[in-house]
Amino acid sequence: MIQFINVSKTYSNGVKALKNISVSIEPGEFVAVIGLSGAGKSTFLRLINQLIDNTGGDVIVDGVTVNKARGKVLRNVRRQIGMIFQGFNIVKRMSVLNNVLSGRVAYHPTWKTILGLFPEEDKQIAYRALQRVDILEKVHTRASELSGGQQQRVAIARALAQEPKLMLADEPVASLDPITTIQVMDYLKQINKEDGITTVANLHHVDLAWKYATRVIGIKAGEIVYDVPMKGMNKTQFCNDMEKVYGRPIHHDEVLGDGV
Amino acid sequence: MSAGEQRVSRTNPKVFEPITVPKPNNLRRNLIILGVTALVLGSGWFAGFSIPQIIRNLQRGGRLLGRMFLEPDWSFTPRMINPLIETIRMAIVGTFWGALTALPIAVIAAENFLKKPWISKPLRFVLNIFRTIPAMVLASLFVAIFGIGPYSGVMALSVFTFGLISKLTFESIEAIDYGQVEALMSLGANKLNILRYAILPQILPQFMSYTLYGFEVNVRAAAVLGYVGAGGIGQTFEQALAFRRFDRVGVIIIISFFVVLAIDLVSSSIRKRLV
Repeated sequence: MIQFINVSKTYSNGVKALKNISVSIEPGEFVAVIGLSGAGKSTFLRLINQLIDNTGGDVIVDGVTVNKARGKVLRNVRRQIGMIFQGFNIVKRMSVLNNVLSGRVAYHPTWKTILGLFPEEDKQIAYRALQRVDILEKVHTRASELSGGQQQRVAIARALAQEPKLMLADEPVASLDPITTIQVMDYLKQINKEDGITTVANLHHVDLAWKYATRVIGIKAGEIVYDVPMKGMNKTQFCNDMEKVYGRPIHHDEVLGDGV
Repeated sequence: MSAGEQRVSRTNPKVFEPITVPKPNNLRRNLIILGVTALVLGSGWFAGFSIPQIIRNLQRGGRLLGRMFLEPDWSFTPRMINPLIETIRMAIVGTFWGALTALPIAVIAAENFLKKPWISKPLRFVLNIFRTIPAMVLASLFVAIFGIGPYSGVMALSVFTFGLISKLTFESIEAIDYGQVEALMSLGANKLNILRYAILPQILPQFMSYTLYGFEVNVRAAAVLGYVGAGGIGQTFEQALAFRRFDRVGVIIIISFFVVLAIDLVSSSIRKRLV
């Protein structure tokens, strides 16, 4: 599904965000990417849909070398990749419905989408996506009137409306309260399981990675220092492993506990 | 030792040594004061400004103001209604065309949309030039090209509004929440879709506010454009002045003042609700 071949990214200010990374992610996986702030997690995620372009190596998504793709080809790859953000990034001055419908713009001629002409089946897709994250009753509400958790669910619905093969989540719960966090993570997990949508999520909470991911990738100073499947992993072992990523092991009293 | 403490002689703790600090260097400040004073006095001298002359003419001015505002010729009112409406019409049409052309140009001039500095940089330079030309100068220019009448006034106001609104709008576009643009990019939207679904929703209220502001400025500008023959109430004003009908000049000033004031109040109260 995703392949990184000797990928590096050096920003124009000289910062080496990623150094010669090679990794491959299979269809259906739920990958959590963990690491300290500034380790390169966001860069890693944004290289997959080329919101950031790599300075070395190749990123291959579903058979397309995305760092060489331009224009229409790149947009066609992107429309299969849903992305949700820490800051939600939904358009606050538009209705919930228009936000979700905007997930469909890459499937239609520009003149139609500019005029807001979406076919009835697109509206059905949008309604179903909203129902999926239990927020259909807000369909005609202006997005700015929603709470943070609701906004993030609209963002998930917008990504779902793309009918994606791949879902990227950049710190999806970093600005949410603990209860909403669980809700949003549950939705992501459910979508990953039921639809088989490959999911890559940057997470700050080691517990969430432990609980939801099928595989955890740890990035430290631009390099992958940890890459382990979670199946059969025991929690004490996992906490001790975190020394490789964070420089010291995570203590048991530092995790949120089994309730999470 | 903290700044507030007094220094005590090392040999005798009871005797305070006087503290010497270097004198402040006021040369720069004094030179600036001197320069500004010279500039103001020099300009006044060149312009022939004299206070005695103001005092000497005070009485004459008072008489004139009395003729304008103590006994205005109210019967003139119906004859100035049409020019006044023409003035407002000029402002409306000028604002409309100015705003309409400003929006697409502002989008191109914003550095965060096309991301092509070789287009946006020179364009911004041209827009800056537009804004430095006063509406009166534009009006005289258009009167020379299109002849006397409100058409020239509308043209002048359009160009003037274009310069004003395009500048304010591209600055708004550059200040938007870029995350929403990034989200649209991530789902495969092209430039036009990004514009429609991520940029316009964010700047539209501000753009409408700028347009209303442009309208307020234009009503005021349109009121004097008649002076160079570009139509509107200014032309009526100039005629009344030429015939020394100060009682009519008074009526024009009073009524124009209240109309402009009313438009300003309504427009700015709408603007407050917009943003």
